[in-house]
Amino acid sequence: MIESLNHLPHPRDNAATLADNFSDLAPPLNDRQARLESSRCLYCYDAPCVNACPSEIDIPSFIRNIHQENIQGAAQTILSANILGGSCARVCPTEVLCQQACVRNHHQECAPVLIGQLQRYALDNANFDAHPFQRAAATGKRVAVVGAGPAGLSCAHRLALHGHDVVIFERCEKAGGLNEYGIAKYKLVDDFAQREVDFLLQIGGIEIRHGRTLGVDLTLTELRQQFDAVFLGLGLAASRQLGMADETAPGMLAATQFIRELRQADDLTKLPLADRCIVLGAGNTAIDMAVQMARLGARDVNLVYRRGHEDMGATLHEQDIAKAAQVRLMTWAQPQQVLLDDQGRVRGMRFERTHLVNGRLCATGETFELAADAIFKAIGQAFDDSALDDPMARELQRDGERIQVDGQLQTSIAGVYAGGDCTALGQDLTVQAVQHGKLAAEAIHAQLMLNVEAA
Amino acid sequence: MADLSIQFAGIKAPNPFWLASAPPTDKAYNVVRAFEAGWGGVVWKTLGEDPAAVNVSSRYSAHYGVNREVMGMNNIELITDRSLEINLREITQVKKDWPDRALVVSLMVPCVEEAWKAILPLVEATGADGIELNFGCPHGMSERGMGSAVGQVPEYVERVTRWCKTHCSLPVIVKLTPNITDIRQSARAAHRGGADAVSLINTINSITSVDLERMVALPIVGNQSTHGGYCGPAVKPIALNMVAEIARDPETRGLPISGIGGIGSWRDAAEFIALGCGSVQVCTAAMLNGFRIVEEMKDGLSRWMDSQGYKSLQDFSGRAVGNTTDWKYLDINYQVIAKIDQQACIGCGRCHIACEDTAHQAIASLKQADGSHRYEVIDAECVGCNLCQITCPVQDCIEMVVQDNGKGFLDWEHDPRNPYAVRA
Ligand SMILES: Cc1cc2nc3c(=O)[nH]c(=O)nc-3n(C[C@H](O)[C@H](O)[C@H](O)COP(=O)(O)OP(=O)(O)OC[C@H]3O[C@@H](n4cnc5c(N)ncnc54)[C@H](O)[C@@H]3O)c2cc1C
Ligand SMILES: Cc1cc2nc3c(=O)[nH]c(=O)nc-3n(C[C@H](O)[C@H](O)[C@H](O)COP(=O)(O)O)c2cc1C
Ligand code: SF4
Ligand code: SF4
Ligand code: SF4
Repeated sequence: MIESLNHLPHPRDNAATLADNFSDLAPPLNDRQARLESSRCLYCYDAPCVNACPSEIDIPSFIRNIHQENIQGAAQTILSANILGGSCARVCPTEVLCQQACVRNHHQECAPVLIGQLQRYALDNANFDAHPFQRAAATGKRVAVVGAGPAGLSCAHRLALHGHDVVIFERCEKAGGLNEYGIAKYKLVDDFAQREVDFLLQIGGIEIRHGRTLGVDLTLTELRQQFDAVFLGLGLAASRQLGMADETAPGMLAATQFIRELRQADDLTKLPLADRCIVLGAGNTAIDMAVQMARLGARDVNLVYRRGHEDMGATLHEQDIAKAAQVRLMTWAQPQQVLLDDQGRVRGMRFERTHLVNGRLCATGETFELAADAIFKAIGQAFDDSALDDPMARELQRDGERIQVDGQLQTSIAGVYAGGDCTALGQDLTVQAVQHGKLAAEAIHAQLMLNVEAA
Repeated sequence: MADLSIQFAGIKAPNPFWLASAPPTDKAYNVVRAFEAGWGGVVWKTLGEDPAAVNVSSRYSAHYGVNREVMGMNNIELITDRSLEINLREITQVKKDWPDRALVVSLMVPCVEEAWKAILPLVEATGADGIELNFGCPHGMSERGMGSAVGQVPEYVERVTRWCKTHCSLPVIVKLTPNITDIRQSARAAHRGGADAVSLINTINSITSVDLERMVALPIVGNQSTHGGYCGPAVKPIALNMVAEIARDPETRGLPISGIGGIGSWRDAAEFIALGCGSVQVCTAAMLNGFRIVEEMKDGLSRWMDSQGYKSLQDFSGRAVGNTTDWKYLDINYQVIAKIDQQACIGCGRCHIACEDTAHQAIASLKQADGSHRYEVIDAECVGCNLCQITCPVQDCIEMVVQDNGKGFLDWEHDPRNPYAVRA
């Protein structure tokens, strides 16, 4: 399965217990709960929650619809702003987005409206006879989208809605991007990601060609020639490396790679179990990794970060999830050396303690060792340069390693747009990728129709 | 502790909280439980001639607030469905066992003197403290020429009241229907007939909702429905106004009033008393919560009275009547302006959009650098209507501040802008 972890044992728990461990982190609201919760919304004007939602969902309106038992109407409101509203409802860090802005957080009330949960309620319970959006008359324009992640899917849906035909080129077997391969299993359970993709494709006019990779069997040059516009939603396909010796030793792995296997596994009992493990990093990926290993049955999970709690990328809510899963959060320590046993496999790691000197992170000189059967790296995702390898692609202006775009999501090359994690705009979040895709589609549409009118 | 005892139209009770004539006072079992719980009195469920009334199923429906709290209740029940004999026997026993509590018997018989002449001595023989004439039931009984069919015609009210005063020595309380245009006409008629007191309100004609699948209003009986009588918190404002109208009417001034309609807390009761009531009656709140609510009502009322220095109910009964007047006597120079407590404001924008769309464009929405909005009252535009204060979800966040504009009292009667002004 995962070669570098093949030597490890399997989970002790049986399939049923494991399935239970990976069930919904936040179970759905029932009718009564939804009605009560929706009644708490004050129907704010210029609502702060909408302001804080990267995809600009009209939150007071959909909540009012829920309260008036118009679930379909609520769902349509959500989907018209965010076609992946179902996964966003489950994976958004609402504690730093809409729910953080909710006026009911104010000290007089101290509990925000559970916007994410209500959004999920609406989408879970809306029963559409047919796809709720109808395509505009065909424009005859064709747009290529590379990457079937949240950004690409959102862009494709909005383009199809406007009457354009879309071909998505996707490297992987399944569509969905990190929704399918990356999000913690207990946030997006069962085959939700695929069901959501199926729903989205119902609009028609979107063809997905799997197994096609930009930079391998596809060039930007040819796409730009064959299509009226191109959208790049490539995500961050590479994982950052530590840059130290023995990084590829058995027992060392990128967290995203493990999560990918976990999400795809039909039988969780067959996964490798690292009873003692170390997770390096401090973002949500690190937390996801640590918690999922703990849920598989690992008894000694250490998340090690070189700075303090307050610097962690993971939200407090995420950190609480980790603590509840008995994950130990160790701060102010950085990897110094991978420790191997005589067969060359990971047996632990030596760390050196860190502190700030005049605002700069320095080693104190003090070291300590942690025993571990595996070490998972979650120190960030990186843009995979190999995708942009043809003459036109190499021309693309970059923003750091990522693709540079303007406010309209257009790259430095006319007719080529990009969005989601592969750009530096906004946060690396599902909801942000959806918004980018949507805005890029609108920009592409405006551009294509402008050309039509001019012609 | 303040003294809650009352003497209302000659009827004594340890406290002003009576249960209104309705299911809570249907039979000895309920009434004994109510007395055990501490209610000061009851008005027994309305008695009628035998054979007893027959009820349908179902009978109630409700109008709900956002959290499924009942705002108002609607019923299509008739008067007692038990025989006169059983009721009289139980009344006799209960009064004997609970001599200190007020026990008033509600009556409704056809609008002919014989009928009243026949039933009144039977009631008097029970030892009850008084009678209440049900001129208010707006459904079913009214189709048979009783209840609100009587209450809506002042001459009938006066006539029946007089028959009762003639054939019975007990205090007579006339219970009025709100399903009229001017409550004073009914109260005046009762007064002319010799009533010792009036009680109000009975229920208001209502349909609470419609089942849109079955296309029938609620409550459903088979495939049909009928209008019922509305009660509960939603009717309180209507009842309070009617009480005030009677209390300040020169023709009925001093006539004891038993306040009914949406009373569920000591504060509700105190408001009715401040507008001139000598006792209050409760039905819906007891039906929704049980008899135990009287505990908090008594405790709350006496503590509030202590805090105000009121020793007995008389000390504040009717105190708000003098301050209730006609529009034309209001001070046109009085001015308040909304003031937002920025510390308390949670930034929901409700005040702004309410004033902007539907009032006087007097609350500015100022976009801040962080994308949030600050809401500020434009004093010069504010007319002091209270709308923003009403729509604001935060308690005490918007205050209506009295302005010292240096102008003295001026009412419309004397305002030079009034073409019909009284020239001084
Ligand atoms: C472990 C992990 C957990 C996360 N958890 C959360 C969370 O809880 N909440 C949240 O909001 N966000 C979370 N994120 C971030 C979120 O998943 C991303 O921001 C989001 O998926 C970005 O969408 P995208 O479409 O830009 O990229 P992706 O989802 O990465 O999709 C890119 C797609 O492009 C395809 N592709 C890539 N290169 C090529 C190529 N050269 N040719 C063809 N196809 C290509 C990929 O196969 C993929 O399908 C998480 C990320 C990770 C890594
Ligand atoms: C189910 C029901 C039955 C009632 N029956 C009578 C009745 O028999 N006689 C009567 O005078 N009023 C009757 N009423 C009216 C109540 O006594 C009372 O006037 C009215 O409900 C308003 O008070 P509330 O808001 O406290 O309920 C009835 C009310 C209800 C809800
Ligand atoms: S801020 Fe909160 S209360 Fe206001 S509209 Fe949004 S969810 Fe509702
Ligand atoms: S009191 Fe009325 S006019 Fe004045 S700010 Fe409030 S809503 Fe506007
Ligand atoms: S309604 Fe109240 S809380 Fe809301 S913005 Fe206005 S003053 Fe602030």
